[in-house]
Amino acid sequence: MSSVTPRAAVPRLDQPGRLTQLRVARSEWTKLYSLRSTRWSLLAAVFLTIGLPVLFAAVTASHWGSMSPQEQAQRDPLEIALAGVNLSQLAVAVLGVLVITGEYSTGMIRASFTAVPRRLPVLWAKAGVFALVTFVLAVPSVLVAFFASQAILARHDILQVSFSSPGVARSVIGGAVYLMLVGLFALAIGAIVRNTAGGISLFAALFFVIPPLMLLLPSSWQDAIMPYLPSEAGRAVFSLTHGSGSLSPGAGLAVFVGYTVVAMAVAAVLLVRRDT
Amino acid sequence: MIEATGLTKDYGDKRAVDGLTFTVRPGVVTGFLGPNGSGKSTTMRLILGLDAPSGGDVTVNGKHYRDHASPLHEVGALLEARSVHTGRSAYNHLLALAQTHGIGKRRVDELIDLVGLHDVARKRAGQFSLGMGQRLGIATALLGDPATLLLDEPVNGLDPEGIHWIRNLLKSLAAEGRTVFVSSHLMSEMALTADHLIVIGRGRLIADASVDEVVHRASGGAVRVRTPEAERLRDVLLAEHASVDGGEPGLLEVRGLTAEQIGKAAFAHGVALYELTPQQASLEEAFMELTQEDVEYRSPESEVVVEGAVA
Repeated sequence: MSSVTPRAAVPRLDQPGRLTQLRVARSEWTKLYSLRSTRWSLLAAVFLTIGLPVLFAAVTASHWGSMSPQEQAQRDPLEIALAGVNLSQLAVAVLGVLVITGEYSTGMIRASFTAVPRRLPVLWAKAGVFALVTFVLAVPSVLVAFFASQAILARHDILQVSFSSPGVARSVIGGAVYLMLVGLFALAIGAIVRNTAGGISLFAALFFVIPPLMLLLPSSWQDAIMPYLPSEAGRAVFSLTHGSGSLSPGAGLAVFVGYTVVAMAVAAVLLVRRDT
Repeated sequence: MIEATGLTKDYGDKRAVDGLTFTVRPGVVTGFLGPNGSGKSTTMRLILGLDAPSGGDVTVNGKHYRDHASPLHEVGALLEARSVHTGRSAYNHLLALAQTHGIGKRRVDELIDLVGLHDVARKRAGQFSLGMGQRLGIATALLGDPATLLLDEPVNGLDPEGIHWIRNLLKSLAAEGRTVFVSSHLMSEMALTADHLIVIGRGRLIADASVDEVVHRASGGAVRVRTPEAERLRDVLLAEHASVDGGEPGLLEVRGLTAEQIGKAAFAHGVALYELTPQQASLEEAFMELTQEDVEYRSPESEVVVEGAVA
């Protein structure tokens, strides 16, 4: 027909590689860092984790003189140091949801599943890479938050805790573990819901709406249910003190990991079964 | 090589693909034709395993697509729906997909140059025009140097230069021995690129034949005859078991006899002929005739296939 020769033939590939889990993980790392939303969310999480404790410490230090002894006694230095985790978990969770729903909303998921037609390696790689990145950023963040807030509160002996005191290191690092697990839980929710708004709403409902609603229940019910909510079980991981209404750090961790594993398993089953 | 047997897909009550059986062979460009909404895109998703069939089976190069050790080396796909994260650059999009198979950065650069996206490779794909998006999709499809190419409406949104480029690319890929399966709702496009056609309508197979055969079948071997003695010739030809239609006076459309047979019969009976023309339908006409019954969406007055309907 046409006598025009093609502008360029397609260059051949010397060695077509096989698909492996490790390679899919590398691919997911590229996907993660190459999006602006990822960089901003992670920056926000780091900023909040460090910034909020610094702010609270500064306010506490400057108002110390005007506080009643009773009020002073209520200040918990570790609560101040980990105050940022309460807010930065939202940034981590939103990113966790987006890591997967962003692919559904843009259609990228079709390209991903064409490259990796067995699909599950994509979920494992997303979870692994995201957990690693979150943890690697969260550990220095909580450490900086702890030592910075302690430095600001240095003048008030009553608010000084040693990192080597029982439970302190566990609580601080627990804050980072909690953030990582929140991210994984949110990622699983995103994979189940496949919709950004829906995923974030579901996460917010579970972590921010349902817990205060529990206070409307009779207190015997509260005591039975509250500690086992994902948010409360997770909180036990990074709380220094554990009253009768909360789980021990180990039990809290086990419960929260349990929720995350179940959510991830549901996500995996649906991911394989559903049409894309 | 793509082999489908009894491939069926239901979405709720609606049957999108209905018992398709066909084979797409290497070495030629196979056109996949059908009106919008006839099930072309669904069939492509079934081939890739993005959707699971409700019945039947489809394999690529002898296996289910998902069972290949190196999927991108088996099939390169350009889907009709956009499959690119809008926030990622073309370069990083290709790199991320390449990395799943251990394909290096050099290959990514080569393909970006090949499809002519060099200047915009670092721009976010969300800012791409339709044509640039198509080029990125083609680079994605070629990433793994695949034995089989699956391209859904590849010329959509391309400028004339780009369309010309695609046509030649498809032909040279087929000439290299690859399986090239290209869907389109545009007959004219397929007439220029395809050697073989698989035509579907409402999810069912209508034709699986070479382009020439499809055209021949549609024209039904009619021969146009112009003669001053139309009535007499009609009787002669009817006696020879031909079927004869007459529109205008002095004009006959004859089926069942070749032009030679008609000429000889006319000569034997002393009928003068002014014109004796075997009718050749255009591929476009052939397509319209084939799919007449199976068009999903049509405008009431013109009965033309509606553009842009979701496939």
